Amino acid sequence: MTDTSFVRHDMLPEQAPPATSVGLLGWLRKNLFSGWVNSILTVISLGFIAYALAGLLPWVFQSVWVADSLKECREIMAATWGETHGHACWGVIRERWLQLMFGFYPPEMYWRPILAFVLLLAAIAPVLFPGAPRQLLYVTAIYPFLLPWLMWGGTIWGPVLVAAGLAIGYLVHRFLKPIIGGLFALIAAVAAALIWWLFLVGPISGALSSALPIGIESVISRNFGGFMLSILIGVVAIGVSLPIGIVLALGRQSDLLIVKALCVGFIEFIRGVPLITLLFVASTLLNIFLPPGTNFDIILRVIIMVTLFASAYMAEVIRGGLAALPRGQYEGADSLGLDYWQAQRLIIMPQALKISIPGIVSTFIGVFKDTVLVMIIGLMDPLGLATAIRADAAWNGIYWELFAFIAFLFFIFCFSMSRYSMYLERRLRTDHS
Amino acid sequence: MTTLTDAPKVTFRLSMLIYDTRYRSMTIQVVALMGFMLLAAWLINNTLTNLATLGKPIDFGFFTDPAGYDINQRLLDYNSRDTHLRASLLGLLNTLVVAVLGCITATIIGVLVGVLRLSNNWLIARIMTVYVEMFRNVPVLLWIVLAMAIMIESLPAPKAFRGDNATASMDLFDSVAVTNRGVYLPEALFSRGLGNVHVFGDSSLRFDVSRDLMAILIVLGASIFAIRWNNRRAHEIQDATGERPTTWHFTFGLLVVPTGVLLALLGFHFGYPELGGYNFKGGTHLRNSLIALWLALSLYTAAFIAEIVRGGILAISQGQSEAAGALGLRQNRIMGLVVLPQALRVIIPPLISNYLNLTKNSSLAIAVGYMDITGTLGGITMNQTGRELECILLLMLVYLTISLSISGVMNWYNNKVKLVER
Repeated sequence: MTDTSFVRHDMLPEQAPPATSVGLLGWLRKNLFSGWVNSILTVISLGFIAYALAGLLPWVFQSVWVADSLKECREIMAATWGETHGHACWGVIRERWLQLMFGFYPPEMYWRPILAFVLLLAAIAPVLFPGAPRQLLYVTAIYPFLLPWLMWGGTIWGPVLVAAGLAIGYLVHRFLKPIIGGLFALIAAVAAALIWWLFLVGPISGALSSALPIGIESVISRNFGGFMLSILIGVVAIGVSLPIGIVLALGRQSDLLIVKALCVGFIEFIRGVPLITLLFVASTLLNIFLPPGTNFDIILRVIIMVTLFASAYMAEVIRGGLAALPRGQYEGADSLGLDYWQAQRLIIMPQALKISIPGIVSTFIGVFKDTVLVMIIGLMDPLGLATAIRADAAWNGIYWELFAFIAFLFFIFCFSMSRYSMYLERRLRTDHS
Repeated sequence: MTTLTDAPKVTFRLSMLIYDTRYRSMTIQVVALMGFMLLAAWLINNTLTNLATLGKPIDFGFFTDPAGYDINQRLLDYNSRDTHLRASLLGLLNTLVVAVLGCITATIIGVLVGVLRLSNNWLIARIMTVYVEMFRNVPVLLWIVLAMAIMIESLPAPKAFRGDNATASMDLFDSVAVTNRGVYLPEALFSRGLGNVHVFGDSSLRFDVSRDLMAILIVLGASIFAIRWNNRRAHEIQDATGERPTTWHFTFGLLVVPTGVLLALLGFHFGYPELGGYNFKGGTHLRNSLIALWLALSLYTAAFIAEIVRGGILAISQGQSEAAGALGLRQNRIMGLVVLPQALRVIIPPLISNYLNLTKNSSLAIAVGYMDITGTLGGITMNQTGRELECILLLMLVYLTISLSISGVMNWYNNKVKLVER
């Protein structure tokens, strides 16, 4: 019996993978040159990128920053690079960027929109990020009253008294509830608040401001413009459309026939017409629909219309979320003995809203982008200002620089919103995949 | 001793309207209806009072008045003595033109980009991502205005084509002129044409139907009918014998020969645009407003369609195509029989709602001066006649009709492809 064996007893040492499948080379082979079709596509793409960058980089970086007119820009370009095209003239942005940001808002009061914007960040931080300090929620609570005061100015008593209406409603409800029951107390509270807002705020605010004039200089709406206007309309429409959208979606899903019909009619009507027709309504028809002599602010009218528009879209997105919930969730809530509003608040809405986050955020983005449509009814949003600047004799003929600047700012806002929605989806994910 | 008594008879009390769930929903509905009717009555009352004060009772009579303004891009004949009704009709047609053109190009670009975004090629996928994010996150109005600005500022004026040392020249063998006033394309002309049929005589709704076009369509229709009949026959032979007769020469011949003969008989030729005076004459003129609107709407909507297509393809699980492969289907059959039918069920509804968005966004034409329904009925007609209420309500009604018809089509399709569940 010999000791010969044909089976290896000891393991061979591991060998390194071939150089063509790891590292940079492997990545290139796998992702760019995996076959001849892919290789051709890669070469074409590289050519395209090279061509685009060859045009873009000199345009952006070899550019004229200090010039007072397009003609001067061209002269500087011709003197520096020997050609009049292919280089950006950022002089227009340098000269007009404040206007593009604030419109014709009085320059000595720029601190007010800036402060409003900073406070906006503070107010939405606790809503957006769980890590933010909870004390900021106080800012969130007073922000809706602070924003109009900061933007339009005037006496401080208006917003204070409007806020007091909420407190009055709350107190009425609190004191009447033991006496006449929850529902009647609620009705009484709403009635008290409405009476306060409609009939008492005006005279009391007038009296208070003549007795104790605390206020800041007021700014008329015609001076609003630029990104300030876009952000103002966008923020209010976004903030208000979400709750209205939830109510409309619940109405559309409800068993109450008439309520459902009203909600469906409203949603389908608004979704069936372009926003521009609603803006026409805001600019020309709203005064006809309201009691004779009513004439309120054009920006407010536009905000109302944009908000209604956004609510209808929001309602459809949330309805999708409600419809996607399994039937068992509704039945489970019923079997726990929860009433309708408890079930909605504790079981249905948290899940439905979570499902509809992508849709909600893309509606937000859509609303923010749609704010530029106010240019068509003559408000000075960034695009309206760009048209005005292009009509100016000094800058007649300029377009790329202006539109690139505006597009870049919109891109930053919209892109960060969509990234936030992805973050939120990840944060709220509760499954184990 | 026990006595049986009837259950206490519940008499109806007023409070049961609120606290009894049997009646509560009725109460809520009645209150909602009353609130709605009060609101509507209030609005209508205000409107009537205001209109009476302004001295403008609701009246659609202005539609028969002459419009007096020009519509430069139009499908039907029009002059400034025509009525507001005809102006609005032409506006509506212009809306539909840009909507249909936009939907077609947006679909082509969108599908291409969506598929390429899923490509294995890292570079291509990244470029397409940049395209999608760039167009989705910037307002469409900006793209429209920018496209218009580019066309006006950077394309050569017609006078640049003139003279011996012209700085611009026509493209595609001197048949297409791209200028800052728009694009001039060759037009189809018939030297032995059959003329037009005038429909509706002299009224505002009049239009012409070209007999030549009708003849061509009839011949083409007959050819396609014959081709389908031939294909069916080929199927039957294949089913019976297993051999499929070649059909392509028959198909090709039927498609080309009868139409070609008809075109030759009608004396078909192209009318090329030519420089005359300060502008191009002849040919079909697509105004730069139409081109800018079309281009911007297509590129913008295509970015959304690309995401829908990508999502639809990703939604079909890998197992489906693997199972189809296990059944022995080839790659193109897997795509055609398994993946695509399922992906389309996911893709089509949002695709149609994007078509709807494109149609509604085409109302932004007013920013570049393209005379669509918003530019005619909601623009110049409204400003000239001062009939804001009538014009805007009609404008909304038109858009509402278009939207509701498109959603009707979508619902019909959804029901047709709905998964049959037990």
